[in-house]
Amino acid sequence: MKLQLPNPGLEDRILSHQQLDKLEKDEAGDRPKWDNKTQYMLTCVGFCVGLGNVWRFPYLCQSHGGGAFMIPFLILLVLEGIPLLHLEFAIGQRLRRGSLGVWATIHPYLTGIGIASMCVSLTISLYYNTIMAWILWYFFNSFQEPLPWSQCPMNANLTGIVSECERSSPVDYFWYRETLNTTPAIEEDGGLQWWILLCHICAWSVLYICIIRGIETTGKAVYVTSTLPYVVLTIFLIRGLTLKGSLNGVKFLFTPDLTELAKPSTWLDAGAQVFYSFSLAFGGLISFSSYNSVHNNCEQDAVIISIINGITSVYAATVIYTIIGFRATERFDNCLSGNILALLNVFELPEGNITDSNYNQVVQRLNATHPEVFQQLDLKSCNLNTFLSEGVEGTGLAFIVFTEAITKMPLSPLWAVLFFIMLFCLGLSSMFGNIEGVLVPLQDLNVFPKTWPKEVVTGVTCMLCCLVGLIFIQGSGSYWLSLFDTYGGSIPLLVVAFCEMISVVYIYGIDRFNDDIKFMIGHKPNFFWQASWRVISPLIMFIILVFYFVTKVSEKIVYKAWNPESNTFPTLEEKPYPGWIYAIIFILAGIPSLAVPLVCVWKCLKSKKRDKPHLDNISDQIQMNNESKKSTA
Amino acid sequence: MLEKILVLLCLPSALAQHLCTPGASDGYKVRLSIKTALGDQAYVWNENEMFLFRATLAFAMRTHFNGQMYNVSNIVVCDETPRVSFWFVVTSPLDTSTLVDRKDVEEAVRKSRNRINSAFLLTDKTLEFIGIAPTLAAPVYPDPPPWLIVFGVVMGAVGAGIIILLVTSVLQKKRKKNEKSEGEDDEEDTRVKTVENGTASDGVYNMSFSDDERFTKM
Repeated sequence: MKLQLPNPGLEDRILSHQQLDKLEKDEAGDRPKWDNKTQYMLTCVGFCVGLGNVWRFPYLCQSHGGGAFMIPFLILLVLEGIPLLHLEFAIGQRLRRGSLGVWATIHPYLTGIGIASMCVSLTISLYYNTIMAWILWYFFNSFQEPLPWSQCPMNANLTGIVSECERSSPVDYFWYRETLNTTPAIEEDGGLQWWILLCHICAWSVLYICIIRGIETTGKAVYVTSTLPYVVLTIFLIRGLTLKGSLNGVKFLFTPDLTELAKPSTWLDAGAQVFYSFSLAFGGLISFSSYNSVHNNCEQDAVIISIINGITSVYAATVIYTIIGFRATERFDNCLSGNILALLNVFELPEGNITDSNYNQVVQRLNATHPEVFQQLDLKSCNLNTFLSEGVEGTGLAFIVFTEAITKMPLSPLWAVLFFIMLFCLGLSSMFGNIEGVLVPLQDLNVFPKTWPKEVVTGVTCMLCCLVGLIFIQGSGSYWLSLFDTYGGSIPLLVVAFCEMISVVYIYGIDRFNDDIKFMIGHKPNFFWQASWRVISPLIMFIILVFYFVTKVSEKIVYKAWNPESNTFPTLEEKPYPGWIYAIIFILAGIPSLAVPLVCVWKCLKSKKRDKPHLDNISDQIQMNNESKKSTA
Repeated sequence: MLEKILVLLCLPSALAQHLCTPGASDGYKVRLSIKTALGDQAYVWNENEMFLFRATLAFAMRTHFNGQMYNVSNIVVCDETPRVSFWFVVTSPLDTSTLVDRKDVEEAVRKSRNRINSAFLLTDKTLEFIGIAPTLAAPVYPDPPPWLIVFGVVMGAVGAGIIILLVTSVLQKKRKKNEKSEGEDDEEDTRVKTVENGTASDGVYNMSFSDDERFTKM
């Protein structure tokens, strides 16, 4: 027995199949269209493939048992990612509306889902472009030799190097001091940093020029932004494999540790990574597929894009870990040479007496013969695996670990320029989808007058987002960014995705949906799609949502601060958030999630109020109608 | 007789030798890492190299104290190790039993550090004078900073692109308006014709009426 919630009036809100065909034939309607299929595919691939594939997936892979992580990742890709993707493509293509329009069409009470999508897209657009500003800053600084993050600057009276840099490292100093100029706590705002402000304006300008006329300009931009990352990744792979120690990194990444599969956190992280990696529930994918022709094969598109996304994650992880392997081997070699030099100096042995191969024997011999001297030496322990497992993710990987590795390669400015161009393109193509998820609902809500041309609408939106994004340009900006990232971009998306599945399957009706797909692509979706849409995917989404919520609520809400005065410097200091942050967390995570039920209730009350006076005027007509129905029944 | 002459000759150097001890207050320890610096092209450290070192140091002392005639014999070396490290002290040319002050030696070495390094094909890191820190090179800050130049180029290109796109869309709209006002006269005639012909051909599907159907059912 199929569960189907009553949905009167659905037929009137959507175009029938014949109307769709006519629309297609006459090329009527003022909806924008893709120039060709390639633009559509590249835009979707660009939206899905983003910074997370480069700096989140490799970390998860390495910390959850290497090659063994592929198993939960691939399983959840097939059971969760592909069905949701196909669902969003199909519903957008069928109803030919943006995300807000689609949910309002399915049932007016579901408008809350669209509003939640829009709020999340807006939150993420705000801080994502700040990351782009940081990438641009590093990009601009890559055009010099030596790179500014390869050495510490001198202090004011030129007697030595700056103390903060000496105690940490040149890359740390460049990131925390010369780029962010971070304050030690989130309460101190530190004022706007003018150099990042310039990069911020530049990032929003580049985004504006790409989306100025909607998909007309975006479709041209994606030819570069979606393909360039793959070219650069290949160049880095070839360069990386020729460096010493790169294979150590790759081996470390993919060595399977099957015991990790027993831990639920591995599966949870895999599910979350698949979900966020596909950029689902943003509304952008629904918009993009609504510009397609009605008979476009959305099933094939969903499968192809999912496979590309999965392969890109693995490819990027391989490339990143060749470079990390090189860096770890370099550190290990330096550690070992430092120890060898110390031994040679103290024991006055000729050079070349101690090599990497006889190091351990010599150390044992010297320890036995001169224990007191040896204790005083305080040699560091050098372990390659320790260096390899200094796993970093996120901005730490891109701006600290990778930049340090680049300074050790010959021709560093070239590699730095290539790397930051790649990151910029990855981020920009994701921003196209984010902004689409903001612009189209704003247009559907009639926030802007219809007479305004598209250029003005996109310009005003970009300018407003640029202004609000100034929060992240302050000294404490990076703390605000991680706050937004952790709470604004996680739970609401899971809620929206869950509601999307329920709405399409049980409120729109799985039968109607199957018929629509049969009309659009020629055959009914097979058993796999039926099972995953109806049961498997909603269940997985629900489990991930509950676990995520419980984990987030139960863990301590702390943030890591860069405090030169702390005892643990240069390790980041863990600090609790001030009390008023809880209000902000509620606004970020609670309001979009609550928008779904609240808008539903509000619409319900509004429609009840509207029906009442209406009934008084035409109550006679209704009575007549009822009576006539009874007589015919 | 000959032995007496030999003893007399060796006496000054023997006297001077006792001034050089490891840890001497006016002496410095020197450490060379030739293999690290030169790898395969490393030279072997022998008596000749030591002579070169003493001569170079004498040169450094002469350069610093303009006028005082320092000689190779004024540089006394002791405690050589296989590591290639040793201690040295500098005796005054006027009186071989007194040592030149530590600070003066340090000044002299600092001044001519570059020349001493290049005599041995080594660097500050591989030819170490323990206790004399190498002077750091003054940093070169190019003005204007390079990042500002790249920013200017990118921002200029983007700004120009935005202006071009906005101008072309304004021009396009103007052109469309002109065409429309020309075409309106023709359109009125054709519209009258279609009304007369009835529903012979389907018109353009007008989506704006689709929502109103809900209300007409009443």
